Amino acid sequence: MTTFNNSRRSFIKTGGALALGTTLPISLVELAFADTAENFSFAYISDAHIQHISGNRFVRNWDQGLKRAVAEANLLTPKPDFVMFGGDLAQLGSKPELDHGAEIMSALSHKVHYVMGEHDYYLDLGAYWEKLFGPQFYSFDHKGVHFIVLNSIRTYDDWTYKRWPTAEQRMSEMAGLDNPNGSPFMVGDEQRKWLKADLDKVAKTTPIVVFSHSPLQKIYKGWNFWTEDAEQIQALLKPFAKVSVIYGHVHQIQYNQIGNISFNSVMATAWPWPYPSTYAQAEQYLPKLTVPMNRADPFQERDATGWQFVNVASGRVDLNFTLYNNSERSVRFNLKNKHPEDRDYQAESSRIPPQSHY
Amino acid sequence: MKKNKQSLFVVIAAVFSVLSGFAQADEFTKDDEQRWQQQFMDSVKQGRELWTSPTLGSNGVVCAQCHPNAANTHPETYPKFQKQIGKVIPLWEMINWCLRNPLEGQPLAADDPKMIAIQAYVTYERRGVKLEPGKH
Repeated sequence: MTTFNNSRRSFIKTGGALALGTTLPISLVELAFADTAENFSFAYISDAHIQHISGNRFVRNWDQGLKRAVAEANLLTPKPDFVMFGGDLAQLGSKPELDHGAEIMSALSHKVHYVMGEHDYYLDLGAYWEKLFGPQFYSFDHKGVHFIVLNSIRTYDDWTYKRWPTAEQRMSEMAGLDNPNGSPFMVGDEQRKWLKADLDKVAKTTPIVVFSHSPLQKIYKGWNFWTEDAEQIQALLKPFAKVSVIYGHVHQIQYNQIGNISFNSVMATAWPWPYPSTYAQAEQYLPKLTVPMNRADPFQERDATGWQFVNVASGRVDLNFTLYNNSERSVRFNLKNKHPEDRDYQAESSRIPPQSHY
Repeated sequence: MKKNKQSLFVVIAAVFSVLSGFAQADEFTKDDEQRWQQQFMDSVKQGRELWTSPTLGSNGVVCAQCHPNAANTHPETYPKFQKQIGKVIPLWEMINWCLRNPLEGQPLAADDPKMIAIQAYVTYERRGVKLEPGKH
């Protein structure tokens, strides 16, 4: 809690300078924030993986992660405009898991927008999730920013509809991150068509923020840190001046810049994942820009898990990672360098031993 | 009775063939190597099954949930000083820590074939990485 309060204090203190990093002169800050009324924040909670054991029993560890995020997000001052949930509320997509997760989330005193994760989807292809949370893909406008939510965890029809004898087996095959029987994630034709039509109505100067569960960039196919049609989505987003993509799924800090598009991942509330670079047999492409999260201490149950609050200023997003057992991290869009940067650790010389993964 | 004598003869013949095997310890063939490798890979396969088995612990959590492809297990660094335990431990003790805590299950004996299979799998996924005993 102490760490959390400190992080809020520094947030309030540094106020409007958040988007710009610390190197810019004050005059530039004022210029960039000509219309400060348009600046706002939202909270981002992701990857709770609520896991049913039997009867009314759920895996305690994962429950605790989500409950803590909900409790802390309720304490944010200034109050965030809304909360995003980044997908994988459930572990195996079952009604008891989605219900239990929704019940924990119902303690939030904010409007919540949900993103579909593969663990929510592959049992009934999102049917029960839709009843609880609404459509699988949609867009909304808030204070001059156009927000888009995609279901990026669909895959080839053959895999979804023809491969598996039961829905339970389909779910369980996709639930194993490293399961070679899985299949690459994709947004797919239907949603890309919808996305194009949605974007056609938006001015090219309007800041765009896209929420997806999987990265809309290709990092490591073996664990689906990957979206098969990423390049096609990026092409649709290319004409816009300011585009940010925020994704879950990876349970770790990643960030990148591809052309006009900034990419940021968020942490899980359930458990951290290794960086793909630590799998000796993997060919992977972790963005060079990324300063990794600290290596997790397995003896601290909540280490390397957490949630985020996101400041949107002049249409750019800055992610502040609230980490339960670790120092906070802050990844902000640097206007001068035109890409996201870690506030404290970006320079090679300022990194600390726990950030080296092997 | 006759049957017993016959089986005794078979046993003696088997013992001699083993002894003569010892006498030619260096002379193994490609077939032998393949057979031994297959024995190891069978253990790796069993280890992978345990790694993804919801019944290894008591709460349905599987090892692979936190350690896809056994990443971040670092078998090449054991034995090492595990600061949370306060002494130098081999990998199997750390595996038991995970069985007891995130998996809320029972620990395995060091020579339990399941424990050996888990270590075979974890080490196989890390093949090609140089040994760095003691590294944190």
